[in-house]
This record gives sequence, structure tokens and C-alpha cells, in this order.
Amino acid sequence: MTDPDRQQDLSVAERVDATAAQAGAVAGLPPDDPHHAGETRSQWRDIWRQFRSHKGAMVALVLFVGTILFVTVGPYIWTIDPTYVDIRARNSGFSATHPLGTDQLGRDMLARLMAGGRVSIAVGLTAMIIAITLGSLIGLVSGYFRRMDAPLMRLTELFLALPLLPLLLLMVTLFREPLSQSFGPAMGTFILIVSAIGATSWMQAARIVRGDVLGLKEREFILAARSIGTPAHRMILRHVLPNVLSPIMVAATLGIATAIITESALSFLGLGFPPDFPTWGRLLYDAVDQMIMYPWRVILPGLFISLTVLCVNYIGDGLRDAMDPRIRGR
Amino acid sequence: MLTFTIRRLLLAIPTLLFISLVIFLLLEASPGDPLGDVPLTVPPEVKERMREALGLGQAWYIRYVLWLKQFFWVEPLYWFDGVFGTQFSSGMQRIISFQSRSPVFDVIAQRVPQTLTVVGFSYLLGVLIALPIGILSAYKQYSWFDQLGTFVSMIGFSMPTFFTGVVLIIIFGVKLQWFPSVYDTTLEVRDWNSFWAQVRQMVMPVTVLALYNAAQISRFMRASMLDNLGQDYVRTARAKGLSERTVVLKHVLRNSLIPVITVIALGLPAVFGGAIITEQVFKVNGLGQLLITAIHGNDIPMVLTLTFIFAILIVLFTLIADILYGILDPRIRYD
Repeated sequence: MTDPDRQQDLSVAERVDATAAQAGAVAGLPPDDPHHAGETRSQWRDIWRQFRSHKGAMVALVLFVGTILFVTVGPYIWTIDPTYVDIRARNSGFSATHPLGTDQLGRDMLARLMAGGRVSIAVGLTAMIIAITLGSLIGLVSGYFRRMDAPLMRLTELFLALPLLPLLLLMVTLFREPLSQSFGPAMGTFILIVSAIGATSWMQAARIVRGDVLGLKEREFILAARSIGTPAHRMILRHVLPNVLSPIMVAATLGIATAIITESALSFLGLGFPPDFPTWGRLLYDAVDQMIMYPWRVILPGLFISLTVLCVNYIGDGLRDAMDPRIRGR
Repeated sequence: MLTFTIRRLLLAIPTLLFISLVIFLLLEASPGDPLGDVPLTVPPEVKERMREALGLGQAWYIRYVLWLKQFFWVEPLYWFDGVFGTQFSSGMQRIISFQSRSPVFDVIAQRVPQTLTVVGFSYLLGVLIALPIGILSAYKQYSWFDQLGTFVSMIGFSMPTFFTGVVLIIIFGVKLQWFPSVYDTTLEVRDWNSFWAQVRQMVMPVTVLALYNAAQISRFMRASMLDNLGQDYVRTARAKGLSERTVVLKHVLRNSLIPVITVIALGLPAVFGGAIITEQVFKVNGLGQLLITAIHGNDIPMVLTLTFIFAILIVLFTLIADILYGILDPRIRYD
């Protein structure tokens, strides 16, 4: 390369740099030496950064963590037994001894709200875990193994055609007694409700996961992994599953909300947990008879349900935005 | 399109049969006994005869096939007789409720109008509210209207209907005394006064359901509008010099409505399910309330028939949604 030639090359490079800097594109270019680029950028850290920029989701996350602390740590600070009956203090309003009043048997509402929230959130989380595990499993299998696709998708369609709320009502009424006898009234109802909700809400997750797996299977890295002889189980666990994790997480978050609402709806119809075992839905149901005299007893548990579900929905929204930049802002 | 419809209709038959079998077996596996309320002093042989009279004597598969025959053959025949005055169904056994000892379909026919007026009207209202909100908030994305609309619709489908219903009752039924809190189904609309009473008692249940549905549909509408607003044909339409009104309301809206209409069709059966709760809150004695009393009373034929009707609705509306999608979007070819 002659000298003037090199001179020209350099000036071109300079000019490119200058225009790029003006357009603000230099920051977007990958650094020349990735090892010394400063902050390491893992995928999860990236998602977290995106998530933090979603204001609604951050507020919701704080509120949700607050609610969880309220129901888990709360009972250690506010130590009144939620089932303790103090008949002389019944129907009392907001006071220093009972900040949120008492119910018709003189049980402290604050303590009952804490205990009820613990059950409601536990039901939501457990039912979600069951539904997501089932849904991801069915979605993965039917997306990955072509032979299983048709039968499993027929099964999913069958489940989607089931009238869910009537069936849930039916299942809970029919099997409450025998399960209560073998596991105790509280545990039996818990198992029943959680498995009933889980068994009837996995279909959406299965469909989403199947669609994503079908798309992934056409990608080169899957072909590469297959060509070096990766066995099917490692293929799914190492290569496919991590790549469909983000839709699964979004579905999981939204699943908590659905499960909490379903449980409180069942409780509201009088088909949930036994009366001495409070959940938010049950508290609301118990208070409806006296809502004219004591409206706060209805409003408080209802507010807790709505707030929790709202938070969870917002978190799901933020997660979806953070994980899939294409649909940001929808 | 026709072959697709026929194929789907044929496929719906095994689906429905399977669902009915699932519901039947679930009821069969239940430990509940329809004779559980009979006093213990009744001797066992009398109890056995009562069981026979309820049709519980045979094996389950015989009863299942019998129920299928009654549902798909006897009841339509009976309806045919009622309409045309023929005598085909005379002497045939209809599906009888355990509780009231009257034919299940007669009871259902009494309850359907209440459910349909409340649920149907609220769904219609919900759609009418949701569409303009969805269109506007997509067109002015990130404006204050959009932010507010998104927030309100988030709240709308986060608040369960039993809570909004109860809050409305407390505010408008108890404190302000504007609307009656209990739905009076015996009310007949004869003159202006009774019409006004009917409107007043419908306001609260309809509002609750309509808000809930509007919240969901407006989100879909917004997302679908946003999908289309960024498309090339929109830019082309604007470049041609079409007015903004034509671009949005003729070009974008028409294309965005295609998925939304299928969502609306798919949501309709779910609304019937959701109405179970709203009916319970406002004491509307419609189908949902009927189902709950039947479940509590171990009324197997009633529960089976009602749940199966819900299943038929779901399968039917899924089919309608698929066909509508094919008709509205000529790019979709099922054959």
C-alpha cells in the first residue's frame, strides 16, 4: 500500500467515525475487545434493566413484595390468633386494639386478612406451578416429537372446549368430603383446589410453548446440536427449554393472577375452604350477608384480591415487554 | 370453506361425546348420593325402589347411552312436536330433574331469558364501549388517553366481578338507593313503569359484566390496531392523500377488526360461565344460579345437561370464530 493510499484510507475511517459519532451509533457498536468492555451483560441482567424501565411494573413489583411480606412476616408482628373468638368485641370498628375492626364473632380482621392472604397467595403460586409444569411439558413434547404432536394437541383442544367454571364447581363439590377425610379439612381442600385449578389452566401455556418450540426447531443451533449426536433429553433441557423460558415466565406470572381469582370465586360461591380457615375470597363471602351494616369487611378483602391481581398483571406486562423487544409498548 | 365447515362439524361430534363422557364419569365417580337426604328410618328395600325410580338401577354405560338418546333424540323430537303439533315423542322418557321431578329442559327454558337479557346485553354494551377505546388509544399511543385507558382496563380485568358487584351494591344500592340490589325476575314489562323498573334493576349487573368484558376486548382492539398502524399499506394510503379519517376508519379498522371479532366470538361462552358469579351476586335466577343449586342438591341430570350445554356453546362459538376468520380474511385458506 502506497503512502497516499493509506492516507486516504485513514481519512475515510476518520470520516466514518465522525459521522457515526454524530448519529450516536458508536455506543451501539460492539466494543473491539469484549473482555475489557466493563460491565458484563448477561441476558437476565438485560431483562432486569428493561424491566426496571417499565414504571408500572416496578411499582407493582414493590407492592407485590409488600403484600407477600404482609402475609408472611405480618403474623409475627401482629400476633393475634386469627381464629380467636372474642365475642364481646364483635363487630367493632377501626380501633387501636383492632386496627381493621373485628367480624361477627369478634375475630381480628387484620390477623384474618394476613392469614387469608397467605392461603390465597399460596393457592395462586402452587396452582400456577402445577399448570405451568404441565403446560410446558405437554407443549415441549408435542412441539419436539412430531409423533406426539397431533394427539397432544387434540387433547389440548378437548380441554379448551371444557366448560371450566362449571367443571371446577363440580369437582370441588364432589370430592371435597373424601379428601377432607384423608388429609384434614384444610389440607384436603387445598390439594383439591390447587390440583383442580392446575389441571384446568395449563392449555394456554402448552400452546404457547409448542408454537415456540416448533419455531426453534428450524434454527441452526438446534441442527448443530443434533449433528453432534445430542440425545433428545439433553437437547430439550439444554437447548430448547432455556430458549422458551421467557414466554413460560410470562405465562406463569399471569397464571398466578388467574389462579387467585379462580380460588376466590370458588370461595365466593361457598365452595372453597371451610369457614374457620380464612382466605380472601372466603372473608369476602362471609361478609356479604352483613355488607349493609359493615361494608368495610367486604371491601378490605376485595381490595387485597384486586390489588394483588393488578400487581401480578402489571408484572406480567413488564416481563413481556422486557423479554420480547418486538412487542414493547403493546 | 364449505368442506372445512363440514369437516369441523364432524370433528365436533367426537369432541362433544368425549366431553359428555368426562362430565358423566366425573359425576359417576362422585361419592355424593342423590338419596342422601332421605331419612334413615326409610327401610333399605324402599330406598332401593326409589333408586330404581330415579333410573339409577342400571350400570353406568347403559345410563350414559340412555342420557345421550334422551338429549339428542327425545328432546329435539319433543321440541319438534311442540312446534308442529305432531306426536312423535309421545310415550318417550324425557330427561327428568331429581330435584323438581319436572323435565330438565322445561326448567332451563324458564331460566334462559333472564341469563340472556343480562349477559347478552352486557356483552353487547362491553363490545360497544371497548371498540372506540381500543381504536383511540392505539391511534394516540402513549398519550394521556392511552395511559389512562390501559390503566383502567388493567384494573377492569383485575377486579373480580364478585367484588365490583358487591361494591356497586354498597354504593348505589345501599348508600345512594338508586338501584335495587336484588334482581326481580318475576317482573313483567307491561307499561312504562315496569319497563323503567326493569331498566333500573338491570343497570348494576350489566355494568359489572360490561366493564369486565370491555376491559379485555379493548386491550385486544388496541394491540390489533397497533399491529396494523405500522404496516406499509397505511403509509401508502396516507401518501395517496386519503384523509386521516378514511385511513384509520376504513383501512386500518377493517383489518384490525378481523382478529378482534374472533376474540369476541370466542369470549361469548366464557361470559356465560362468568355470569354464574354475577348472577349469584345480584340474585338473578338464571342458568348459573340453576347450576349451583343443582350441584348443591346432587341433581345429576340437571348438572350433566347444563354443563353439557355450556360445552356445546364453547364448541359452537369456537367453530363460528374459525369460520368468521376465514370469511373475513381472504388470505386464510383452510382447504
